[in-house]
Amino acid sequence: MAVYENLVETFVELIRRASTQLPDDVVSALEKGKAEEQKTGLAEKALGTILENVELARSISAPICQDTGTPVVWIHHPVGVSTRALAAQFHEAVRTATERKFLRPNAVDTLTGRNTGTGAGRGIPFLHFEEWDEPRVEVRMILKGGGSENVGAQYKLPDSRLKAGRDLEGVRRAVLDAVFEAQGKGCAPGVLGVCVGGDRVSAFEMSKRQLLRPIVDTNPIPELAELEERLLREGNQLGVGPMGFGGKTTLLAVKIGVLDRLPACYFVTVTYMCWADRKAAVSIDEGGEVTWLS
Amino acid sequence: MAELKLPVSEEEIRKLKVGDFVELSGRMITGRDTAHHWLMQDVREDVMPYMKDTVIYHCGPVVAKNDDGSYDFVAAGPTTSIREEPYQADVIGRYGLRGVIGKGGMGAKTLAGLAEHGAVYLHAIGGAAQVLARAIPKVERVFMLDEFGVPEAMWVIEVDRFPVVVSMDSHGGSLHDEVEGESKRRLEELLK
Ligand code: SF4
Repeated sequence: MAVYENLVETFVELIRRASTQLPDDVVSALEKGKAEEQKTGLAEKALGTILENVELARSISAPICQDTGTPVVWIHHPVGVSTRALAAQFHEAVRTATERKFLRPNAVDTLTGRNTGTGAGRGIPFLHFEEWDEPRVEVRMILKGGGSENVGAQYKLPDSRLKAGRDLEGVRRAVLDAVFEAQGKGCAPGVLGVCVGGDRVSAFEMSKRQLLRPIVDTNPIPELAELEERLLREGNQLGVGPMGFGGKTTLLAVKIGVLDRLPACYFVTVTYMCWADRKAAVSIDEGGEVTWLS
Repeated sequence: MAELKLPVSEEEIRKLKVGDFVELSGRMITGRDTAHHWLMQDVREDVMPYMKDTVIYHCGPVVAKNDDGSYDFVAAGPTTSIREEPYQADVIGRYGLRGVIGKGGMGAKTLAGLAEHGAVYLHAIGGAAQVLARAIPKVERVFMLDEFGVPEAMWVIEVDRFPVVVSMDSHGGSLHDEVEGESKRRLEELLK
């Protein structure tokens, strides 16, 4: 389908938006956090600087943070669209966006230590494809920063140190431990993407997919909705605060997905997304019409 | 909010306490992994004057080169400091630094080094690349650009009201230890 062979510039624009414009739902959550902090305290100042930075980046169309992260991308496509052609175009878009400085050259050859210089590399960007029945291509992307990626964690239940069994109470204990261990190091306040179940690969993918959800929404599974709310409240009670300076705003949201598991395994997988929770989405229909979804 | 002029004396630095918010103005230098390693391999006489009584910023900037050969910092947020833990206290002592800027805090060896030499750890706002780049109006010169590459090179910069929080002081105080200790207590409460 010819309309899907001419998408490089659309993908570059998707990357530009994600890198330079923090989504409104994230900005609102940061503003709400700032309003709740003690006036002129360190937490309030940190959030003030963050919000000022977000505003400035948007106004000059420059990256919000110099670590422009890994593009992690989910693409839905109709029957018959070549995923190889889409992947090639996305790779080209990453190289172009890097040239235009919307992305930093962020891919390092692990064996030689040399930067590839193009922003792309083995496994970067990370693309997921799914076929669907709708007559359009939908692309959703996050830019996942490295400092926050370093504080992600995967727990194997039961965990005797945490007295965490194989149930939602065990999940709760593991997630709170992850928030404590992260302190401010993942550029708090963060958004948690959590996966309950799955294996060591599928679970991390699912935990990242949770980050596509709006900051304020309700999990369709009632017990997970309840756990999300509770973990957000309790995570913030830890008092880590923005940047780990202490304060009420440690987490902006907690999102939990679920996968089935093997009888032998019970993983709780936590992806920590920094306050620079960069995401963007676009839909391209059969006629080539482009609709920005964020 | 206090303004702190660089270079700065030991006496001024010892007045700073954990939790103080300060704005830095004057000259400082950047350096991260490669630079710290290199600084400890030998005594680097040429950079010494640019480090004495000022601070080192853990930052891998995005830099634009202008037509006249000068440079501008385009994005300049802090990077994670703990990677320099093996070197930091010795670098402070050898080069007479009065402080370190980074994010995430540092460990016991650095904390002891700060007390011994009269220096502080200053926490910048992680991710605030644009606000911080704006506070760096001038790039004065650069060391080891060809050898280390842009992010790892040592950039001598002029800063203007660069916002930081004192998170480790020269009296053994650490905001990171305080916050971690308190959050641990609350975690145990929640997991009872
Ligand atoms: S953790 Fe996020 S905000 Fe912090 S430096 Fe990395 S990408 Fe930027």
